[in-house]
Amino acid sequence: MSIHELMFYLFSGMILLFSVLTVTSRRILRAAVYLLFVLVSTAGIYFMLNYQFLAAVQLTLYAGGIVVLIIFSILLTSHISQKFEPIGVKKMVFSALAVAAGALLSIMAILDYGFDTVVTTSQNPDMELIGTSLLSYEKNGYVLPFEVISVLLLAAMVASIVIAKKEKSK
Amino acid sequence: MLSEIPLSYFLVVSTLMFFIGIYGFLTRRNLITILMAVELILNSVNINFVAFNRYLFPDQLEGHFFSLFIIAVAAAEAAVAIAIIISVYRRYSNIDVERVDTMKF
Amino acid sequence: MIDFSFTILIPLIPFILFLLLGLTSGKMKPVLSGYIGTLGLSVVTVLSYFTAYQYFFNREAGAGVFEKIIPFHTVWIHLTEKLHVDLGILLDPISVMMLVVITTVSLMVHIYSMGYMKGDKGYSRFYAFLSLFSFSMLGLVVAPNIFQMYIFWELVGVSSYLLISYYYEKPSAVSAGKKAFIVTRFADLGFLVGILTLSYISGTFDFVSLTDPQGALITQGTSLTFMGISALTWALTLIFMGGAGKSAMFPLHIWLPDAMEGPTPVSALIHAATMVVAGVYLVARLFPLYYFVAPDALTIVAYVGGFTSLFAAVIACTQTDIKRVLAFSTMSQIGYMMLALGVSGYGGEHGLGYMASMFHLFTHAMFKALLFLGAGAIIHAVHTNNMNEMGGLRKYLPITHITFLIACLTISGIPPFSGFFSKDEILVAAFESNRFLFFVEYAVAGITAFYMFRLYFNVFWGKSTHYHHTPHESPFTMTVPLMVLALASMFTGFIPFNDLVTSNGEAFTLHTNWSVAIPSVLIGMAGIALAWVFYKKETAIPDQLATTLSSPYKWSFNKFYIDEVYLFVTKKIIFDRVSEPIAWFDRHVVDASMNRIAWVTNLASDQIKGLQSGQLQKYGFVFISGVIILTFAFVYFLFN
Repeated sequence: MSIHELMFYLFSGMILLFSVLTVTSRRILRAAVYLLFVLVSTAGIYFMLNYQFLAAVQLTLYAGGIVVLIIFSILLTSHISQKFEPIGVKKMVFSALAVAAGALLSIMAILDYGFDTVVTTSQNPDMELIGTSLLSYEKNGYVLPFEVISVLLLAAMVASIVIAKKEKSK
Repeated sequence: MLSEIPLSYFLVVSTLMFFIGIYGFLTRRNLITILMAVELILNSVNINFVAFNRYLFPDQLEGHFFSLFIIAVAAAEAAVAIAIIISVYRRYSNIDVERVDTMKF
Repeated sequence: MIDFSFTILIPLIPFILFLLLGLTSGKMKPVLSGYIGTLGLSVVTVLSYFTAYQYFFNREAGAGVFEKIIPFHTVWIHLTEKLHVDLGILLDPISVMMLVVITTVSLMVHIYSMGYMKGDKGYSRFYAFLSLFSFSMLGLVVAPNIFQMYIFWELVGVSSYLLISYYYEKPSAVSAGKKAFIVTRFADLGFLVGILTLSYISGTFDFVSLTDPQGALITQGTSLTFMGISALTWALTLIFMGGAGKSAMFPLHIWLPDAMEGPTPVSALIHAATMVVAGVYLVARLFPLYYFVAPDALTIVAYVGGFTSLFAAVIACTQTDIKRVLAFSTMSQIGYMMLALGVSGYGGEHGLGYMASMFHLFTHAMFKALLFLGAGAIIHAVHTNNMNEMGGLRKYLPITHITFLIACLTISGIPPFSGFFSKDEILVAAFESNRFLFFVEYAVAGITAFYMFRLYFNVFWGKSTHYHHTPHESPFTMTVPLMVLALASMFTGFIPFNDLVTSNGEAFTLHTNWSVAIPSVLIGMAGIALAWVFYKKETAIPDQLATTLSSPYKWSFNKFYIDEVYLFVTKKIIFDRVSEPIAWFDRHVVDASMNRIAWVTNLASDQIKGLQSGQLQKYGFVFISGVIILTFAFVYFLFN
């Protein structure tokens, strides 16, 4: 078993384990921390695939930003010690059945399909290429989505301020 | 090397993660945990994109950039969602989806 | 010839006043709105007088016939090349004369109302409505085509309705307003059908081309007939029906007595002097048509007018409400005018009846407005309409007394007051063409004198009644219009109408027919004398007479039960026999089926609305299960 395989199984195992814990934990803060582990493991997978920039973004933005945001909102809205009521058995069973069926179907389809893989070199795209691609308007350039996403982020920022602002007392 | 691990393994992992996310989405009642489930779903999609990029079109960066943009969109979504959650909490003093029912039948 | 285009201002100023007063009603000080309304109307009056002066007297020497002038004209709705609705102004002798009548009476009423309506809470509204009415009436008389006339005709009806039900808190006023509106509206249905028929035949709405004696319509007529009678006769009879409704001719007269529920100045302006003569004006406007193509319709006009004048005069003898007496007297006098038109010929001396009708319209407007305003002053002083509760008022109301007496003498046709001249012309015209109607009118002249002086003696002489407050003379603003109108009643008889307002615009010389005039004066005198005997002092004669002739008296007192007949037809026959079953069908079959459908829908939606729970996770579950099931199905069917 090579180091790659080892790493892959390790990260996959962590992702699956902590994903399950995230959605089943009855303490909300713990669920958030499990989510953090999932995201970090995903970053590990990106590293393994040699996309270092993406992995860094995943770590800083997802793990560092979003999870912290979620934890803050948890602290604002819930008691730490509070445990969720257990889910109704019927609901749990039906959801699990549906999800299992879906997962089964998808996995069967994936395993059935022969992908024409062309792994030759596993070069890490250097920062210069990423930067020029993002700002290029030639073929394989992404300046338009880049600008759109910046507007979207601005809009989201304004919107969240407006929504979360305390209403004036009447 | 990387070729030792087939592409479908990554896809299986991401598929499982996706459905775990859906399970969370269906069973959780707290708005924040639902949001976390949605993050799981988005993340699983990202893994797919990256893996496809690496295995099928290693010379290009489409998948890579898609993931990048998805992360940005997820950040925006999380920000707005949390603003909404806080505003809901302020009005109803809880964030249980089943109890926020002013406009429901 | 000067440029008459300024006449557009004559209807326009009252309209602007209406908007101004109507929109600022409640914000402006009431007194101010009264002043604005009166001031605006005096401008209009000056303009009208100026127009009349320029039109009648400031003419080029040697101009024989009075031309029809259209100083302003615009196409309003353009439908096809031939069919278009125009707005404009037409000046000819009768419209100019009407301008003078309307603005004079309206101005007097405006001034009078400043005193009469003082302190009323709807003061501004009242002036706004008066302006609306003036606008509509002026627009009506200057209309150069029958469609514009129809528009303003309806506007006049609306403003009449608004003013009759001016005291909208009083149920009787509200129902009187509705009655007036519905009855005249019903008559206007005939008018509209008549207009449509007429314009279908002639292809035009224009008065000038319709009434041109050399025009195609009059020379060629039409071959269309309906039930053996020429379509033109039908059209003109229907148009006369509209005129009869507005002018309260039998049998469409029932609204006029009730319309007296409105404020008295309104009765003076609308229901005595101006609006009710619109029907006469309409017939006069289309007179050449009536004369040349539908003499039968003209005969109907004559007989309806004659009958109404007699009928109303008889009723007036027994009424006790002073305003109702005047209302029936108005009907009777308008009957005179209609009759004069009906017996008239066309052109020069043959058009004597036409001229007499317009003459009487003019003088009647003055003295009838005076009578109503005088009645208003009396009511203002004693707070009742019932003449049995009055008496001996001459001591308290000297000015009102004198002016009222003048008006009574005028309407009774005593020379040298104006009523004598105009009534005499009518009698002469009737004498020359229809002896039967002539004698009817003789009788009416006597009855008129009798009931007017019955009113006069009852109010100003007779028993001296004890009043709660001592009646006092009205304020200055009310007595001045009375005096002005009294002067007008005295002297307008000397206006040479035979030179000015004739059927074809040509002047003709008038010969006084003493064999008609002297008996008519004598009959008037006789009526007055009879009233003197009956009512000057309190005597038992009237009561005895009423008991002896109890059944005719009762019939007259109850207005010949025409109202009851209408009520029977509408309530018992139309409402109960026709409308009621239809309403039942509508409620129990049409509505019920719709209700049943709604009920079923409601039930079904009740059953299925649970599916739309709004529970996001339920939706998500269903969605995902659906996707999975569909995928399974696809896979199964595609690969097997």
